[in-house]
Amino acid sequence: MKISKESVYDKQGYRLHILPSKKYKTVSIVAKLKSPLKRKGITERALLPHVLQKATNKNPNVRSLQSALENLYGTGFSSDGTKKGENHVLSFRMEVVNEAYLTNQEPILERAMQIFSDVLFDPKADSSGFDETIVNREIQTLEQKIKSIKDDKMSYANMRLIDHMCENEPYALHVHGYLEDFKNINAKSLYEYYQEMINRDLLDVYITGDVDEAEIEKLADQFFSRSSSDNSDDHQESSAGEKREVKEIIEKEDVNQGKLHIGYRTNIKFGDDDYYALQVFNGIFGGFPSSKLFMNVREKHSLAYYAASRFESHKGLLLVFSGVDPKDFDQAKNIILEQMEAMKSGDFSDDQVNESTEQVINQLQETMDHANGLIEVLYHQMLSGVSIPAKEILENVRKVTKADVINVAKKIELDTVYFLTSQKGGEE
Amino acid sequence: MKEHVYEQLNESVYQETMDNGLKVFLLSKPEMAKTYGIFTTNYGSIDQTFTPIGKEDKVTVPEGIAHFLEHKLFEKEDRDVFQDFTKLGASANAFTSFTKTAYLFSATSQIEKNVDTLLNFVQEPYFSKASVDKEKGIIAQEIRMYDDQPDWRAFFGTIQSMYDKHPVKVDIAGTVESIQEITKDDLYTCYETFYHPSNMVLFVAGNINPEKMMDQIRANQDSKDFKELPDINRFYPEESPSVAKAEDSIVMPVTTAKTMIGVKEEVSSLNGEELLRAELLSGMILDFYFSRSGEFYEELYREDLIDDSFQFETELDRQFGFTILGGDTRKPGELAERVKKMLHSLREKKISEEDFTRMKRKKIGQFMRALNSLEFIANQFTHYHTLGVDLFDVLPVIESLTTEDADRYVEHWIKEDRISVFKVMPQE
Repeated sequence: MKISKESVYDKQGYRLHILPSKKYKTVSIVAKLKSPLKRKGITERALLPHVLQKATNKNPNVRSLQSALENLYGTGFSSDGTKKGENHVLSFRMEVVNEAYLTNQEPILERAMQIFSDVLFDPKADSSGFDETIVNREIQTLEQKIKSIKDDKMSYANMRLIDHMCENEPYALHVHGYLEDFKNINAKSLYEYYQEMINRDLLDVYITGDVDEAEIEKLADQFFSRSSSDNSDDHQESSAGEKREVKEIIEKEDVNQGKLHIGYRTNIKFGDDDYYALQVFNGIFGGFPSSKLFMNVREKHSLAYYAASRFESHKGLLLVFSGVDPKDFDQAKNIILEQMEAMKSGDFSDDQVNESTEQVINQLQETMDHANGLIEVLYHQMLSGVSIPAKEILENVRKVTKADVINVAKKIELDTVYFLTSQKGGEE
Repeated sequence: MKEHVYEQLNESVYQETMDNGLKVFLLSKPEMAKTYGIFTTNYGSIDQTFTPIGKEDKVTVPEGIAHFLEHKLFEKEDRDVFQDFTKLGASANAFTSFTKTAYLFSATSQIEKNVDTLLNFVQEPYFSKASVDKEKGIIAQEIRMYDDQPDWRAFFGTIQSMYDKHPVKVDIAGTVESIQEITKDDLYTCYETFYHPSNMVLFVAGNINPEKMMDQIRANQDSKDFKELPDINRFYPEESPSVAKAEDSIVMPVTTAKTMIGVKEEVSSLNGEELLRAELLSGMILDFYFSRSGEFYEELYREDLIDDSFQFETELDRQFGFTILGGDTRKPGELAERVKKMLHSLREKKISEEDFTRMKRKKIGQFMRALNSLEFIANQFTHYHTLGVDLFDVLPVIESLTTEDADRYVEHWIKEDRISVFKVMPQE
């Protein structure tokens, strides 16, 4: 197993993770700010990555900030907000070309890290808050984005499924925020939220690349230390959701293709003993093109181009998604539900278990070949409080038996069937 | 087997042309867990009219056939090839573009078997009437899925506004109607003409021993018989340098309008290196004015004519080329007029030495970052190879570019009759 060694240091106000690796021609730096997922502040958290990335006190407008990154050999810098179970994580990602590959002798990495630090800790602001023009423009952009979610039918259907399925649970909160919040957000209030966040959120910094560990540690201390924070973790455990009748929701929009999304509760989370068997389960059920969903919905009945499943590790959800003709709703739904029953009754072979195991292992190894993939895996582990070396993860996946997979299947409960269909709903 | 060393990048590419004409390239990256292999034919959706191998007269085949053939190569008399890869712990996929059809896998174990599987499934077709008919339902849903995607409709609509007769204007998957005409005999006709090894390239990158891998590929190819292939005669209609329609639009159920500006590029006179230089220069010039550091971007963003969905790309290939700029907008008409004006003004503007150096650094950095990806290296190397360019020459070519090159490029670039505008408008 070629996973790089991870060194973790508890630093002043942050935790530093260094992963030396010779795989890349670049150095990747990722900062993650985590806090419990709550209705209050969610729109501010959606807005902040956009505002912070626009200007700093040293580079006071977009053009100067972007030009500075371009001069550092097109250093890539991006940020986003996501749900990890019922916690909210803001990620800032930078990728810098390793100086070893450049003829130029300038300290590229140090300058790039300075910009990273400025964006996080010294964004353009004065005593009255953020720059008003920037905030107003970003509010406008985010408003537009919220309104446009409907234009991407697959993610819209996914969002609607979660709305119905996790109603009254924090997980149903929208990471892009809510329109009604904008009337209460301005440059001053957003800056106040920012100050609270930057001082109080749990901060983890990951650095990977062909780097000298001691040198990197020194740079990180220079740029990421927070004097004000004890960096404590107020992790919010995901709620299980109430037991209730299976919901079936049909909504109509002007679409050519219907989007059939089905949500199950797995009752299994990252860090649980049967999490490995869940991965193997998903491979047989809908994770790969050899899975039951693909073979039955697509290959056998020609109902869809895609039919697949994925699971959410921290919340314990299994989500099935497929694009079918509006008239084929019942048939497609029944086929999908039958595949789950087949899983529960053990209607699959030991060979399929072995094949799925190999696929899961392949996928894990491929993920860890990528800097961002590796960092995500390690961050997941840290959030769930279990730190297992890569080698052990693979061994645990290998140990999964058919009986384990059946046990996992039996734990999985159907929760909500959601269908986004055409106005005519399949009636000619 | 020849070895080509690229010192600055610390990479080596091994190359050999097999007796049957297949070109093989290998790149070894022992630090990676993963190996990626891609087997590409120089045949895509635009190759609709040709003289079939062994025949006198040219034929025109139904729209969408290259893509249909891609789907059908995975199905054999007794099995689905996805299962073969699954058994080997690999994941497989394929794609069809305007000019290419490619089959690929990635795996972290049993690489030799996976490479043989890739070569054998592509080189042993099995088409039957029943399986051809079955595929029509699946591809119809694939087409329907794209019909609901506003970004895809905007992209294709722009190409259709630029091109009058050339088959680049035909959707790669064809239409729900055109695919109904496809027969198994059509598939064999296309297959036998375009899947001859001398029209194909194999690239394997990752955790491999190049010497052993090349021996294995040679043995695989030597065991198969292929007829000698004369040059393939492909026919394309005469296309005017001017755009087909200066303006066009569709109405879709979207919340935000989209405006795309297309520039029809002249490529017929360019050789490989000229094509690469044109691609790099247009990318750098567009970046300079229209990326987030650019004066045009700033102006458009400030005035709320664009948001962060604004994008631009230049695609130059054998037979056709275009540049497309655009994105979501609240003022579709005004954005079109402003961008056109900006494009026309390029000729009067100059990029300073300092700014040009910055754009070169940005390009170099982007290229180095991309080299972290085995997929990028293999796909892009293959693409450039079919155009007569070496991927790893990109770096010295960027280094060699000057402001005079940029001035000369804009001198001939933008002409009124080469620009089209395509809008996606919301319903009333």
